[in-house]
Amino acid sequence: MKRPAILALAMLLAGCGERTLTVCADPNNMPFSNRAGEGLENKLAELIAEDLDAELRVVWWSQRRGWMRETLGAAKCDAWMGVPSGLEALATTRPYYRSGYMFVSRADAPLDGLTLDDPRLRELRIGVQLAGDDGANPPPADALARRGLTQRIRGFTLYGDNREADPAAEVVRAVENGEIDVALAWGPLAGWHAARSAVPLRLEPVTPWMDQGRWPMVFDISIGVAKDNQQLRRELDESLTRNRSAVEGIVEAFYVPLAPG
Amino acid sequence: MRSGANRWLLVVLAALILIVIAGAILLGAPDRKPEPALGDNADRLADLPQPAMRARPASWYDPPDADQWTMQLGDPSGTRFSPLADVTAANVGSLEVAFTFDTRNARGHEAAPLVVGDTMYVTTPYPNDVYALDLTRPRPTVKWHYQPRPLPASQGVACCDVVNRGAAYDGGRLFFNTLDGQAIALDADSGAELWRTKLAEINKGETITMAPLVAEGRVLVGTSGGEFGVRGSLTALDAGSGAVVWKAWSTGPDSDVLIGPEFRPFYPAEQGEDLGIHTWNPDGWRIGGGNPWGWISYDPELHMIFYGTGNPGPWNATQRPGDNKWTAGVFARDVRTGQARWFYQSSPHDLFDYDDVNESILLDIPWQGKLRPVIARPSRTGFFMILDRLTGQVLSAAPYAHVNSALKIDLETGRPVVNPEKMPRPGRVTRNICPAAPGGKDWNPSAFSPRTGLVYIPHLNLCMDEGEIDTNYIAGTPFLGADARMFAAPGGYRGVLSAWDPVANRAVWRIREDLPLWSGALATAGDVVFYGTLDGWFKAVDARDGKLLWRHRLSSGIIGMPMTYRGPDGRQYVAIFAGVGGWSGAIVAGALDPADPTSALGFVNALGDLIHRTEPGGKLYVFALPG
Repeated sequence: MKRPAILALAMLLAGCGERTLTVCADPNNMPFSNRAGEGLENKLAELIAEDLDAELRVVWWSQRRGWMRETLGAAKCDAWMGVPSGLEALATTRPYYRSGYMFVSRADAPLDGLTLDDPRLRELRIGVQLAGDDGANPPPADALARRGLTQRIRGFTLYGDNREADPAAEVVRAVENGEIDVALAWGPLAGWHAARSAVPLRLEPVTPWMDQGRWPMVFDISIGVAKDNQQLRRELDESLTRNRSAVEGIVEAFYVPLAPG
Repeated sequence: MRSGANRWLLVVLAALILIVIAGAILLGAPDRKPEPALGDNADRLADLPQPAMRARPASWYDPPDADQWTMQLGDPSGTRFSPLADVTAANVGSLEVAFTFDTRNARGHEAAPLVVGDTMYVTTPYPNDVYALDLTRPRPTVKWHYQPRPLPASQGVACCDVVNRGAAYDGGRLFFNTLDGQAIALDADSGAELWRTKLAEINKGETITMAPLVAEGRVLVGTSGGEFGVRGSLTALDAGSGAVVWKAWSTGPDSDVLIGPEFRPFYPAEQGEDLGIHTWNPDGWRIGGGNPWGWISYDPELHMIFYGTGNPGPWNATQRPGDNKWTAGVFARDVRTGQARWFYQSSPHDLFDYDDVNESILLDIPWQGKLRPVIARPSRTGFFMILDRLTGQVLSAAPYAHVNSALKIDLETGRPVVNPEKMPRPGRVTRNICPAAPGGKDWNPSAFSPRTGLVYIPHLNLCMDEGEIDTNYIAGTPFLGADARMFAAPGGYRGVLSAWDPVANRAVWRIREDLPLWSGALATAGDVVFYGTLDGWFKAVDARDGKLLWRHRLSSGIIGMPMTYRGPDGRQYVAIFAGVGGWSGAIVAGALDPADPTSALGFVNALGDLIHRTEPGGKLYVFALPG
């Protein structure tokens, strides 16, 4: 009984004029975020918190299965700084960037101009990530299966091994070290790791960008808040608008390949 | 021109229609359900089998020490039957609460407590605490409390709530597993930790939720995490030291799967070299799933264990052409060496998330004039399977739940004949697939009574639509999901308790339940069957005809397994956990949004009303007849 009373008192005192923005962030998933605060979403959270004159708090949470329910759903934080726009279970701001899945190959390999329908794919070792949800997977994985390319595929789990740095980048590292010829990876992941690669890598958008008329390879990214927190969503929207050029600068600094539209 | 009389008729008709509509709305309001009425509410479908034609326990079956309950399924053959008979169909109506124990843990409580001598052992979901209660006191007190302190990060990894299916006792030691992948042995007297062995790496998505089985000095433990691409394995640990004796993988080369010269599967589809590699896309087996996260049974005469493997993942079906051995099937292994004896695949190239991890009940059944040793499996596919215990041959297969995903089981090949209309294809919505992803029945175990020859199956009556595409997001990466929306199968109810005759392979009686049944069942020599509902009713029904004899409302929904024991005072007690959660209860325990029909993998659509009908919170209830 005593503790909640003291807590409430402390919150009241602290509440005089002080505002806190609590964001959830993955502690080990560059270029999006890491515990050292070096990621795109770390920087964006700092920018927005400052703009809202709020103290920034970060709750570290691996963005794995159940992340929405366990974080925003359990009121552990106010926002995730990067989610696909219009995600059904959340309220999302207007998009602040749009990216797409990329073909990632070594620049010294003659693999420019690839499309999903390129006959060269039938001879290549292809890496894709798998989300691990029955009936669900990144769109390039399904696009290749639709083309009967299952025998060329090497699967990587989206999570990787969380004991290593940036576990989701394993699929890009496999191109670097020659284990596979080409990876189909999400733009921000591909862009950032390609920029830091020891061997030059080639990045080209996966096309067609809307496969067979209904499978998008391109997604808009927004800030996500709990569905009933429309007040915060509006404030974040206004802040994104006020800071448009600074936000664009952050996205650019992380080599995010931007998709038109 | 219309006459005045006609006009009046129209007005009266319109008023009547309004009244009917208003009545329907009022009746359909999500109000508290009325108390279930005692008496005859079962559908009677067939006669009780004659004694000569009844299934019976395995020939070597020795009734367990009735006073104790030392493993989750009651005995190694998995019957969940107790020879205690003080509580009978005649007196169960006066059962009352003897004591309760609050675990202060709001997640899903799937386990049963154990009782050994004068001590009760209570295990909880994450953080997997263990309590020993001294039963010699009128109000049992805590003898010791053990906290394994699993890594908090494991919560984010667990698929469907952070459940644990309880402990096993053997030779003065208590064995259990933690969500972060450790098998732990405690001294049952003092609670002192004897050893802990790490068997799963949560950083790779591996967890453990199952209850271990102890046989011939080995503690058997299986992994969870197929949804994360975890390659499943079953490990045998030395009960004294915790050292690994053998480890059998569910995919990959024969040497990893422990397939050798003793392996004699019945059907040609399981015969061949390294099928755990060749029935996959190249290297698909390396992240192929097949996690044995369910029940293990043990035949001491054959020195064999029987257990099922989970669904293949994380590949979509179109990405992994082939049978995807050895996922979604049953292994028989030599417990001493781990060597496989046979395998039967109940869902080759699984399309529907039909893990085959349900209980295997070891029975002898009258079959063509002789007694035949079998394993009886109320399988996730919705078929009640009778397999020859020695060979894995399918003797019979009949649907105990509403099934349309398969047309039948072909007894020549043992394989299900898949219904082409129900095959999910990316980009196409496939409607009305039955059973839904949790199957005809999920993990919650049945009970068998040798007194009636019936298997009491707590199960589901759910179908699903699959395939509407929605954007999802994990680890910073957008992906597309084929959402599953579950709903009640024909009849409109979502759960069933079936009393099943495994010889005739048909239901003898059946109780319809509004909510899906996610609790285990218990059968006793008093001819009473116990089970619980998601909205917290703990029920006792007559084992012979299904009549509801008694019910008691608990403080939270029930997804645990009932057990019974004789206390130090000589009275029979019956215990059950309240504590909703798990996959189906995640809507309450995990505070999911009931407006999002696809959260918790589609269960919310079938259970949007549950949140109004129960609260989370773990509490053990122990009942007895008035003293």
